[in-house]
Amino acid sequence: MTLAKTRSVSLVGVDGFVVDVEAAITSGVPGLHLVGLPDAALNEARDRVRAAIYNSGEDWPNRHVTVSLFPASLPKKGSTFDIAIAVALLAAAEAISPFSCAGLTLVGELGLDGRMRAIPGVLPAVLASANAGCQTVVVPRANAAEARLVPGIEVVPVASLRELLCLLRDEPPPAEEEQSEPSPQYGRDGLAPRCPDRRTDLDLTDVRGQAEARRALEISAAGGHHLFFSGPPGCGKTMLAERLPTLMPPLEPDAALEVTAIHSVAGTLPPDQPMITKPPFHAPHHTATRAAIVGGGSGRVLQPGAVSLAHRGILFLDEAPEFQGGVLDALRQPLEEGEVRLSRVEGTARFPARFTLVLAANPCPCAAAKQMDCSCAPGVRRKYTSRVSGPLLDRVDLKLELTPASRAELRYDLEFAESSDVVAERVLNARERAVKRLSGTPWRTNSEIPGPELRRHFTPSREAMCAADEALQRGTLSARGLDRVLRVAWTIADLADRDGPGDDDIGGALALWNGRWT
Amino acid sequence: MNGNQALGRRGEDAAAAYLEHLGWNVLDRNWRCSEGELDIVAYDGRRHVACEVKTRRSKAFGHPLEAINERKAARLRKLALHWAAANRVPGARIRVDVIALVCQGDGFALEHLREVC
Repeated sequence: MTLAKTRSVSLVGVDGFVVDVEAAITSGVPGLHLVGLPDAALNEARDRVRAAIYNSGEDWPNRHVTVSLFPASLPKKGSTFDIAIAVALLAAAEAISPFSCAGLTLVGELGLDGRMRAIPGVLPAVLASANAGCQTVVVPRANAAEARLVPGIEVVPVASLRELLCLLRDEPPPAEEEQSEPSPQYGRDGLAPRCPDRRTDLDLTDVRGQAEARRALEISAAGGHHLFFSGPPGCGKTMLAERLPTLMPPLEPDAALEVTAIHSVAGTLPPDQPMITKPPFHAPHHTATRAAIVGGGSGRVLQPGAVSLAHRGILFLDEAPEFQGGVLDALRQPLEEGEVRLSRVEGTARFPARFTLVLAANPCPCAAAKQMDCSCAPGVRRKYTSRVSGPLLDRVDLKLELTPASRAELRYDLEFAESSDVVAERVLNARERAVKRLSGTPWRTNSEIPGPELRRHFTPSREAMCAADEALQRGTLSARGLDRVLRVAWTIADLADRDGPGDDDIGGALALWNGRWT
Repeated sequence: MNGNQALGRRGEDAAAAYLEHLGWNVLDRNWRCSEGELDIVAYDGRRHVACEVKTRRSKAFGHPLEAINERKAARLRKLALHWAAANRVPGARIRVDVIALVCQGDGFALEHLREVC
């Protein structure tokens, strides 16, 4: 037979598409011809595959070989097709049975020695093949744990092309070659792995005073509401924000899979821990560019940005007014839609970005502890605060002005302060209430309910709405703001174990929405 | 005649013998013109075939078929047309084959690639 077919997966953003890899041997000048919009890295597959086949002890078919990647219109990038190309090629040359590889999906990069190298984005690739109804997927052994997270598909990890060929020929596998692959687990960017996150030993008891801010944290964790802290330096804004993840319950299985898929594409998955189960916490520095925040990159290598890496978790922007102009406002669309769509010449990639935004800012450049000591001119102050734009603040549900903890609080509060575990318990109960109420809908938390749905099914009584109606009348509350206040009110009611928000809850939510950011 | 040329000659002889064995009619050997040389021209019963014979002692420097690239194929095509013109044969019907030989014991391992261009 001079025609063989197998399958691989192409990734666009975090979405995988199953690609048919066909190899045909025809008359013509000997050589390998790759068709179907390959990029530079994929074009190099020609040389990698050839060396790998030679070094696996196979014969290179000295014929006119055409390898086609279908659908031809979909741009394909990277080195993940190597193994599929090699197997299709060998099947077309009758080195293996063409039927043995027809039902397989193969992803992996080949080393020149025929070794299978680990690749980023294995999880979304396996997910895509499972959704496309594939039965068996072949992955590099180093990615096996990640691939096995996907239910309903058989994962075959292989270490080398030779091992895979033995499997396909029903031969005993080759003797294990020097198994210890020197694998300094470098990230995709070539940098050494980051130090283990220091989140494990954080606890809410560390924060003294700031009762209001604790309450806001609790509401934010329970409902997924965005937060804004302003206050003088040293009052605990950053400390509070960093402790938000400790209040949140672990990710649900489907959310964990989504988060892991994004980090798999970004190449930031810790090697020893394939599944991300804790809500991610992402705190980019204020010099970050727009592309770093929303994602991007040139050409076909589209990388998820900070908003996507914080999907189902927390995006913390410390010193928010210090961010470059436009960066903060680039958040507006992902905040509303829960995803980012990046358009480039080759097509549009989609990255999920449903995160809880936490902003922290000083009230002015001099940031005096007491407002009366401020030495900033009014114009300077106004300019500083206006860097966090109105439309962005309109999307933030909880705005809080912090004051420095008093001496008494600093001295005594440690003994009374609630620990993260106690608060997390309440948060979990509130979340369960919300989930029960929202059963049968795609939403899990109050903050995800879209406005029309909220107004249709979750309207509190007329009396309870009194305060909000008044604010709307006065013009201090926008229509979007009303929706946000309603959502927060529901969360406050959930935390208090009530069936629906009363006028107290709405009043509280309104106060938090208004905040004062001078 | 150096070693490589002698090997090439032996390879061409073996290839011609192989073609005779197939029942083809070898019409010309080492036909030259100003632009180069055709190793063998034969008639397979239906079409004229210009054969390029490539012989190597081992695969250490790559399989002989790997030496055939687009440029060489284009040159062979041109030579074949020249031969057709010189022998008053319709050029559109002539094709180019490649016969690759690798030394194996006393004889050769032969691979015949039909209709390269």
